[in-house]
Amino acid sequence: MKIRVQREDFDLNAELDVLRRERPTVGAIVAFAGVVRGSDTASSLTLEHYPGMTEREIGRHVRDANARWPLLGVTVIHRIGELRPGDNIVLVAVAAEHRRAAFEAAEFLMDYLKARAPFWKREAREGKSEWIDSRDSDEAALRRWRED
Amino acid sequence: MTLLYFAWVRQRLGTGEEEIELPPEVGTVRELAEHLHSRGGAFADVFSERKRLRAAVNQEHAAWDASLEMATEVAFFPPVTGG
Repeated sequence: MKIRVQREDFDLNAELDVLRRERPTVGAIVAFAGVVRGSDTASSLTLEHYPGMTEREIGRHVRDANARWPLLGVTVIHRIGELRPGDNIVLVAVAAEHRRAAFEAAEFLMDYLKARAPFWKREAREGKSEWIDSRDSDEAALRRWRED
Repeated sequence: MTLLYFAWVRQRLGTGEEEIELPPEVGTVRELAEHLHSRGGAFADVFSERKRLRAAVNQEHAAWDASLEMATEVAFFPPVTGG
């Protein structure tokens, strides 16, 4: 399991190669890459986080995912600092023997990351800078994983 | 005990971190928020918006009635917006 919070960009192919080589039995890798969405008015996003809690919180959810699905490797990378439309912001990549575990675990991890990992986004728009509000739909997305 | 503030909570309070001695009557996250509210000024403004605040005790999400008995670090912040 690899969890990183960093300012630098990540190389999707390099990260997938690491997972591919994790075990000879890897037969499926699912990767979700979150990208800063562009719009006519937004010029940049700035992300801050709670060092220490972020890594613990993501680590806990990766362990939960490992308990629920037979996973062979997990990589979570989240960027902080100033990002521009089109930039990578987050990577969740999961390796397993078969696709279903990899698909489901990747979605589980993204849902928990969005609703629980302590990151906050501020958006620069037309010369003003504002904190982005959370969305109820992110919290609602967790219900699906609790009802199993 | 260390108090940490993030995002607009940090911005509006003008500080991200402070050390405090807990008054004996403060035993839960809610009571700590009320104590901070009683400082007045920006603290009164921020801690009157409790519906918009979340808390963590020792780097884990905590409910308002969570105990501070073992707390060494408490953080207040808005609902998270990562990913």
